[in-house]
Amino acid sequence: MDFRDTPDEAEFRAGLRAWLVEALPPGWQQQPPHVGRWDEDTARTWARKLYDAGYSGITWPKEYGGQGQPYTYQGIFLEETARVGAPDHIGVIGLGMAGPTITAWGSQEQKQRYLANILSGEEIWCQGFSEPGSGSDLAGARTSAVLDGDEWVVNGQKVWSSYAHIADWCILVVRTDPAAAKHAGLSYLLVDMKSPGVEVRPLRQITGDPEFNEIWFTDVRVPRESMLGQPGDGWKVAMTTLLHERGTLGFALTAALERAVNRLITTAKETGADSDPVQRDRIARHWVELQALRYTNYRSLTTLVKTGVPGPEGSVAKLHWSESNQRLTKLAQELLGERAMLSGAGGYWDGYWAYQQLRSRGNTIEAGTSEILRGIVAERVLGLPKSR
Amino acid sequence: MDFAFSEEQQMLRASARDWLADRYPLDRVAAISDGDLGYDPDAWAELTKLGWLDESLELTDLAVLCEEAGYGLLPAPFVTTVALAAPAVGSAERPASVVHDGLAPDGAAVELLVAGARVVEASACTITAVDSVDRLRRYARVELPEADAGESVTSTPDAQLRAGALLACEAVGVTQRALDLTVAYVKQREQFGRVIGSYQAIAHRVSDVYVQLELARSLAYWAAWSVEAGDPQAEVAVAAARSAAGEAALFGCEAAIQSHGGIGFTWEHPLHRFYKRAQWISSWSGSATSQRAQIATALFGD
Repeated sequence: MDFRDTPDEAEFRAGLRAWLVEALPPGWQQQPPHVGRWDEDTARTWARKLYDAGYSGITWPKEYGGQGQPYTYQGIFLEETARVGAPDHIGVIGLGMAGPTITAWGSQEQKQRYLANILSGEEIWCQGFSEPGSGSDLAGARTSAVLDGDEWVVNGQKVWSSYAHIADWCILVVRTDPAAAKHAGLSYLLVDMKSPGVEVRPLRQITGDPEFNEIWFTDVRVPRESMLGQPGDGWKVAMTTLLHERGTLGFALTAALERAVNRLITTAKETGADSDPVQRDRIARHWVELQALRYTNYRSLTTLVKTGVPGPEGSVAKLHWSESNQRLTKLAQELLGERAMLSGAGGYWDGYWAYQQLRSRGNTIEAGTSEILRGIVAERVLGLPKSR
Repeated sequence: MDFAFSEEQQMLRASARDWLADRYPLDRVAAISDGDLGYDPDAWAELTKLGWLDESLELTDLAVLCEEAGYGLLPAPFVTTVALAAPAVGSAERPASVVHDGLAPDGAAVELLVAGARVVEASACTITAVDSVDRLRRYARVELPEADAGESVTSTPDAQLRAGALLACEAVGVTQRALDLTVAYVKQREQFGRVIGSYQAIAHRVSDVYVQLELARSLAYWAAWSVEAGDPQAEVAVAAARSAAGEAALFGCEAAIQSHGGIGFTWEHPLHRFYKRAQWISSWSGSATSQRAQIATALFGD
């Protein structure tokens, strides 16, 4: 047991820190935090800079243009970029979900066609899993694909697709065999978002931001070979995607919570709450919750590195983070008093906490609701009988 | 970065778990708890033979053993000795405890007592057992002999940190046992024609215990490592681990009692002994709130 960086890890971290100082605009860290999602230009430029410096696809195999480094390096990357509040990578769906799934299931042609452009950030991906009628119940997907000659003809609707409004490609779960049992009738397509019949409409959230989108597919024709796995493999392929989503998710969540706790501490100092023993206790609790997430994540990572599969403790991360972040942002708003209700330029940090607090309500719904995750812990980790 | 116990430590854990299950099944623990002493006087010789008291053990080794002692409610003054008294005494060879405000946990079960800057022979003190909530870690009132008796010692600066880290580990063991007992029970207990573990009201609460347990475990191991390695964050790590592990143990035992229903509320059922140990750990040397106050001081200053 040793929590210190190995000499190689320390070198990677030092190099990254130095690079971040150069790569971010002067005075970056003195600015108040960014509110809402990043504009497309900033995000694309940042993705390109990361790629040019070799910080894109850190854990991807070298043969596909990655750096071939262990997961700890990805963890260090997320820690250090969070520390300085660097912009989000615009290609997260490609890097974290589509890419690893294509690596696992794709043909040689598919790997050559897609992976390099995901790494460079040239092509943006979105995810077409959830539907209005099937959110948590992915296997209930009804969007259909029917083979017509050498093409699949896709009809249906997907929701909660981040980046769909700018995406070039979509990983899409479709039903290809309505007669087969629920899970067995699904397939997994790679769909060009510029195909005729694809329509993207912004979906406005309670924050006021259209962060997600709805996608309509009307007689969209997709080449027969644009499938990962065989017809009927869709469920298994989708599970690969979700496994990868959870693989490094813990680091991203720790990084996000670290940013939030640091900002909460700053706000406490600026509002004078740092002299109130009750608020000091609540803030210290958040600091403890952050460390608990960090070290649980390290533990899960150690299991992953040693055995190749993430440990059961990994299922804790998202559940804990989402609820901790909800309490934290609500506390930050409480510290602001009446000012909490000002959004935009007149608000504290341009309404940063107001936005974060409202956004946090989605945390226990997206990427597995808390109810689904508690069920997963109960059934798969603790071995309790299936509940209905 | 490597957050795993070594192979030797994993073997140590497995053998400790087996030995405790074999030597102290829960009905024997119950009999000892309900008996006159509240500990097994033969245990110490066995612990010595097993090597649990060796000087060569590192803090992360003791972390493993304290966790297992919590899991099995080892009826011997092992945790009080290695976690509380050993830094001042200088060894864990003889059973020992510490005196706070005239009271010592396991006070009637030990040979040495640390009182302030002195270590005194228990045989030189007047020791009176007092009724205690945790009947497997009973308090005794200690009247010390004349002021200059015993050997004077200087407490090492990390004594408090070692104690905090090891008690957090004991709390993790208690929580794990409460969870294991609950999972086993809700898998077989039927009501309304179904096992109760299939009801989400039960399953989700049990999941919450698992989450709190794993978070506390990470903090407890981090704390033990930090103290062992002399890490600059050791102080806040111990405060975080103690506050979280204490609260997780209370929550885990309370959820266990609730999930067991009426049987969990009886004296016959073992759960209340784990609950009382969780309460003892949480009450010792500063509440979770006071631990967080330390963290707040580190974050904000006084």
